[in-house]
Amino acid sequence: MNIQYKIFSKGCLDVIPLLIPVVPFGIIFGVIGIESGLGSTVTFLMSIIIFAGSSQLAFAQLFTGGATTSVIVSSVAIVNSRHFLYSAVIAQYLTKVKLFWKIILSYFLTDQAFIVSQKYFKQQPKNKDRHYHLLGSGFTLWFVWQLSTIAGIVLGEVIPKELNLAFAVPLTFISLIIVDIKKIDHLIVAITSGIFAIIFFNLPLRTYIIVAAAAGILVAYGLSHTKLYRK
Amino acid sequence: MIWTTLILAGLVTFFTRFSMIALLKKNHFGPRIRVVLSYVPSAVFPAIIFPAVFLNSTGQLVFLDNPKVLAAFIAVLIGYLTESVIATILSGLAALWLLIFFI
Repeated sequence: MNIQYKIFSKGCLDVIPLLIPVVPFGIIFGVIGIESGLGSTVTFLMSIIIFAGSSQLAFAQLFTGGATTSVIVSSVAIVNSRHFLYSAVIAQYLTKVKLFWKIILSYFLTDQAFIVSQKYFKQQPKNKDRHYHLLGSGFTLWFVWQLSTIAGIVLGEVIPKELNLAFAVPLTFISLIIVDIKKIDHLIVAITSGIFAIIFFNLPLRTYIIVAAAAGILVAYGLSHTKLYRK
Repeated sequence: MIWTTLILAGLVTFFTRFSMIALLKKNHFGPRIRVVLSYVPSAVFPAIIFPAVFLNSTGQLVFLDNPKVLAAFIAVLIGYLTESVIATILSGLAALWLLIFFI
């Protein structure tokens, strides 16, 4: 067993705890894709072509509402704008890999893969094969996402709507920040962002996500001053 | 029409992921930017969490008579105590089902 394969396997294993919410999320997307009238082919291929859950849900909802191409595409861009920041964080660890790797790993850069692989990269400052970790976490997530989407498409008409499985979406995001927000500075940033999202929820094109994130980042910028110079 | 939309949405999503990886040659980030970037999840995810918990299907703010608020509170509490992704999500879903079906 060579070292690359070991790192790849570690990536696969590290992401597993974060997959539990991905399964219901994928199923929900499959169900909603069918209910929105996208059809099984488009619903299935959307999970491969876009491969970003919350934006896929936004796509389906906007499509049912009769939104135009430009509205749907810009909404997807807004919901996924957080990837710019993931991309910037991951970039510092991928300066030495080939363009082909950069393209493949970019495609796999999801919330969950980012969280586990960034942690691994931080612990491995000198390991030149560390990018295999992101390939492992990203591919595992991709595979489970496709299977869950198919399950959602198939089960679509059987799962009762009363179960409110869509509630797994905010719960997933809560679980992803719960350790961070134990720190008071992170909690302040989170509450600022949440309140801005509520206040600006009715802005067109779902731009409230950008407004709220910007408010949170601004507060974080202010707090970073105290964090850096306190010592 | 739907295919054009889907492919454009896919390209845009890929671009958000590839952009900085393609552009940044070296690590240009100073300590301050890195500290700010570490706040990104806390700054972005609540923008998805809060509306999904506090707003109803028509975008109205509902605190009382909203089982999602209590269920989310229980999920946060369990998550705080266990630091477990699975426990957080399952407790929130279980709480919601209990509130909807039995209370």
